[in-house]
Amino acid sequence: MLLEVRGLDVRYGRTHAVKSIDLDLAEGEIVTVLGANGAGKTSLLRALQGAIKSGSGSVRFAGEVLTHASPAERVRRGMMLVPEGRQIFVSMTVEENLLMGAYLRRGADWHQDLSQIYDRFPNLAERRHMKASILSGGEQQMLAIGRALVSRPRLIMLDEPSLGLSPLFVNNLFELIKELNRSGISILLVEQNTAMALDVAERGYVLELGRVVLSDRADALSRDPALAEAYLGGHASSQHPIDQIA
Amino acid sequence: MSGYWTGILTILSINIIMAYAVFLPVATGQLNLGGAGFQALGAYTAAFLSAAFGLNAWVTIPAAMAVGGLVSMAIAFPLLRTKGVYLVLATFALAEVIAGVILNTDALGGAMGLSVPDFLDYHVPLIAAVLVTLFVFYLMATRFGLTMRAAHDDDVVTDLLGVSVRGVRVAAFSLGGALAGLAGALYAHTFSFVDIQSFNASLSIYVLLYVLLGGTQTAFGPLFGAAFFTLLPEGLRVVMPELKTFIAAAFHQSGPLSPPDESWRFVILGVLTVLMMAFRPEGLITRSLIERLKPGRRTKRLDVAQEVSA
Repeated sequence: MLLEVRGLDVRYGRTHAVKSIDLDLAEGEIVTVLGANGAGKTSLLRALQGAIKSGSGSVRFAGEVLTHASPAERVRRGMMLVPEGRQIFVSMTVEENLLMGAYLRRGADWHQDLSQIYDRFPNLAERRHMKASILSGGEQQMLAIGRALVSRPRLIMLDEPSLGLSPLFVNNLFELIKELNRSGISILLVEQNTAMALDVAERGYVLELGRVVLSDRADALSRDPALAEAYLGGHASSQHPIDQIA
Repeated sequence: MSGYWTGILTILSINIIMAYAVFLPVATGQLNLGGAGFQALGAYTAAFLSAAFGLNAWVTIPAAMAVGGLVSMAIAFPLLRTKGVYLVLATFALAEVIAGVILNTDALGGAMGLSVPDFLDYHVPLIAAVLVTLFVFYLMATRFGLTMRAAHDDDVVTDLLGVSVRGVRVAAFSLGGALAGLAGALYAHTFSFVDIQSFNASLSIYVLLYVLLGGTQTAFGPLFGAAFFTLLPEGLRVVMPELKTFIAAAFHQSGPLSPPDESWRFVILGVLTVLMMAFRPEGLITRSLIERLKPGRRTKRLDVAQEVSA
């Protein structure tokens, strides 16, 4: 297993955001974490990156125990979180944003990596010296992912990457996720777009109020009526993609 | 050069160094309203070493920088736990504590102040200001400068990327403390006298104004802000009598006029400050202004901006 999480607990003050979660992710796998707002998905990812302290439990990555490691240590080992809401550095240029991803790779050949990223995202190459704040929403998401790629991660954790993107861009995004995975990067994907997430993922976990309530192969989950109940919580709308599958 | 102009040049140089001392933490997203306290530390370190041990300025200046830097580093750890308005209050309170301690220490002259034997003329602060300016421009162009701006933009994401935001902030704050120490030592040796009244809260406020109104995004901002606010009152001193004659003439009054009340200078300064805050909230010199002033960039930028919005 590339990532092995056992009994992970996260608390913010009185809020018990993540309750004793077990999660596995094999090298080369795409695993999705689903759940309604407030289910603890973002807290889980932030704890995995070391940005918030976990109360108890253990995190092993590539055979090493990283339970108490700093974010820097985890980035160095190959974990990289792309946070929710396309948090790019707005006062910096596109290129400076990408350079921040290379921060820990002193003296490495990140120049070459930058040109690879520009090959992959020609829009970013065109705008490399412009302020990142003028990019469109989709381009900002590409920039956030590009910034993560410069660190040469083995595992990318994506937090709601399709949030607020146009349908066309969402398709591009999921194509990109598959492509990254084919190039050997493992992916932990937190998504609201259940249908598309289950489509690209091999396995999925469903979170409710901080606990794993379901975990199965993605194709089994997409046919599981319990998922619709747990995830949609009775707020199912007819436009929701899950309806097209069920 | 007349004594008046060398005096202005000295003050300008010291103010520019102080502006950079406050700019470094501000560039990482930490407002520092305690600039005067750190300058006092440097000034009294230099004055004491010079007066009590007869040490040369070339020894006391590095010592003052070291004291400013080390004291800021020591307090940066607890201080930078606070954020926003609390940090502003904490730095402000710290400056008051430093002033209080100096005021009550007999070895430092207490309320009487200290005379400083080793005199330096205006060349030294001028050269120091040029070197500090070049240093800060260089610093902002390095990896470290990039992480300072990242910490300013979004500390959570900066942390996620593996950069110790805390380390960056402590380093910037300490470096700022060392620069304030330098400014203080230069003050002590060029004015040959220090007293704690010179390092009061309004100095802290002015220095922060230089930075905020000059612009916090680039190293041009503090330079411009310090120059503008140091030279403006002096410029007004010259312009005010002319202005009064002009206004009087507009109302068909002539003949000898009494010289204008000095306090009007501060009214005009205040009005200009408010106008700058209203029209340039990010400071006068912003990154996009510099981009626009660069030849050849402008049309390209606009094209893309239109394309994106389309």
